[in-house]
Amino acid sequence: MKSINDRSQDIGPFVSQTDDGVIICRCEEITKGEIRQAIHDGMFTVNEIRRYLRSGMGLCQGQTCGRLVKNIVVQELDVIPAQLDPATSRSPMRPVEMKVLGNEEVTHV
Amino acid sequence: MSKHTDIIIIGGGIIGNATAYYLAKKGLSVTVLEASKDIGIGGSSRNGGGVRQSGRDTRELPLAMWGIKNLWPGLSEELGVDVEYIQKGNLRLGKTEAHQKILQGLTDKAVSCGLDVRMIDGDEIRAINPYLSDEVTCASWCPTDGHANPLTATLGYYKKARELGVRFITESPCFELRKIKGVIRQVVTPDAIYEADKILVAAGYDSRRLLATVGIDVPMKPMKMECLVTEAEPPMFLQMLGTAEADFYGHQSKHGSFVFGGSSGLEPFNKDNGTPISSSIGASCTCRGIMKYFPALADAKIVRAWAGWLDDCADKVPVISPVEEVPGLYIACAFSGHGFGIAPAAGYNIAEMMVDGQSIIDLSALRYDRFKPKQ
Ligand SMILES: Cc1cc2nc3c(=O)[nH]c(=O)nc-3n(C[C@H](O)[C@H](O)[C@H](O)COP(=O)(O)OP(=O)(O)OC[C@H]3O[C@@H](n4cnc5c(N)ncnc54)[C@H](O)[C@@H]3O)c2cc1C
Repeated sequence: MKSINDRSQDIGPFVSQTDDGVIICRCEEITKGEIRQAIHDGMFTVNEIRRYLRSGMGLCQGQTCGRLVKNIVVQELDVIPAQLDPATSRSPMRPVEMKVLGNEEVTHV
Repeated sequence: MSKHTDIIIIGGGIIGNATAYYLAKKGLSVTVLEASKDIGIGGSSRNGGGVRQSGRDTRELPLAMWGIKNLWPGLSEELGVDVEYIQKGNLRLGKTEAHQKILQGLTDKAVSCGLDVRMIDGDEIRAINPYLSDEVTCASWCPTDGHANPLTATLGYYKKARELGVRFITESPCFELRKIKGVIRQVVTPDAIYEADKILVAAGYDSRRLLATVGIDVPMKPMKMECLVTEAEPPMFLQMLGTAEADFYGHQSKHGSFVFGGSSGLEPFNKDNGTPISSSIGASCTCRGIMKYFPALADAKIVRAWAGWLDDCADKVPVISPVEEVPGLYIACAFSGHGFGIAPAAGYNIAEMMVDGQSIIDLSALRYDRFKPKQ
């Protein structure tokens, strides 16, 4: 099975595609072309792409685009989906106001 | 695939990546071995983004000052990636007399090293940042401090080093260093043995276990710290902020979100369940800290919280050093929670040290053999 661990492997040149302008991450407005370019910059994992481009870092935290990003990596690197981990999920599950999150009662005796 | 390069770097964090880049620029062949699947998965993509000189120990301050003068301003251009470096100063805030004393002490030390930092009062503080509550009565102000984006800086160094031919291999947890005929030579991973003339260990806390395989020890311990980020807000202020009490620190990013870190006080005793998972109390506690200083942020929504390990050194400054006992071996670890801001300068100087035998900035105060028992 082809591995993504050797980051110097030849993945061919970046060739633009007709649907590169399609927005994949709606919260942060990241396009397919930007994601494909990031892969050619060496970002071979969903986490790396997220950190490099902010895809999946917006209000929905990647619940919409996570799988789409993964599929783009699968195609671009010609690997199988099982080789790629999804981006790390983080708390809180939904955006929470600071005054709410900070509002637990702490009794110091 | 040749398993020999001039240099092997263990650890694909910002220290490893930056050093790899500066070495490759000098024409050396370099392999970076990273234990996990992701480049930059450690503290380097979990930190608060502070690029500070103020508040630093005088042993590492010259390195921090050099990097801010010579490397940070041109880094985005050099790497071809926006590292979002903003140099609009650092306010370290205080509310009490005890805070004032702490801040004054830090300020006096930094001034003695030639840093432009001074104490200011409440009025001057709110002239710089009008959103701070009236409770804030004193601060140290260092106008040349700032912040940057740790994610794009760490991956930017990776991208550029890779372009220059550095080989990065992920999922390669090194577990042994080997000498041959008295000099360092091999790095052992589950899949392969790699060889080089010189080896840099830049694996954060894990460096300790690895260095033990050649009889070297750096006294440090892992400590988990937590951060959080809000949704994007309209632009409010550009400074980096911290407090004398260290209850929170942070900044507003270019994207508009506020990135804050904080502490609950239980950090040194956090449960080590193998991954840095944020606790149930951390983010809430940090929010309370922030709201005391920034009442206006009470309605800002937290979208994400995370945690990361620090490699906390016995004396709170890093080890950046050649190891004469093991010729060819170099160490860069134990950054103790403030290694992001000095990473470019550290990487640059480590490269000089490894190639020319001497760094531009004198790093002898950061040697690996400085640790002595108490008197
Ligand atoms: C919550 C938090 C907030 C912080 N805030 C700031 C701040 O505002 N300003 C600042 O200057 N600094 C800050 N820091 C500190 C800063 O993030 C670190 O000092 C810096 O990132 C250290 O970089 P590094 O490359 O040494 O370590 P890391 O990024 O931890 O990299 C080490 C790498 O080595 C890999 N590794 C480990 N073991 C092995 C092995 N056996 N084989 C191969 N690879 C291995 C790891 O997987 C990791 O990728 C903060 C840190 C944390 C956790």
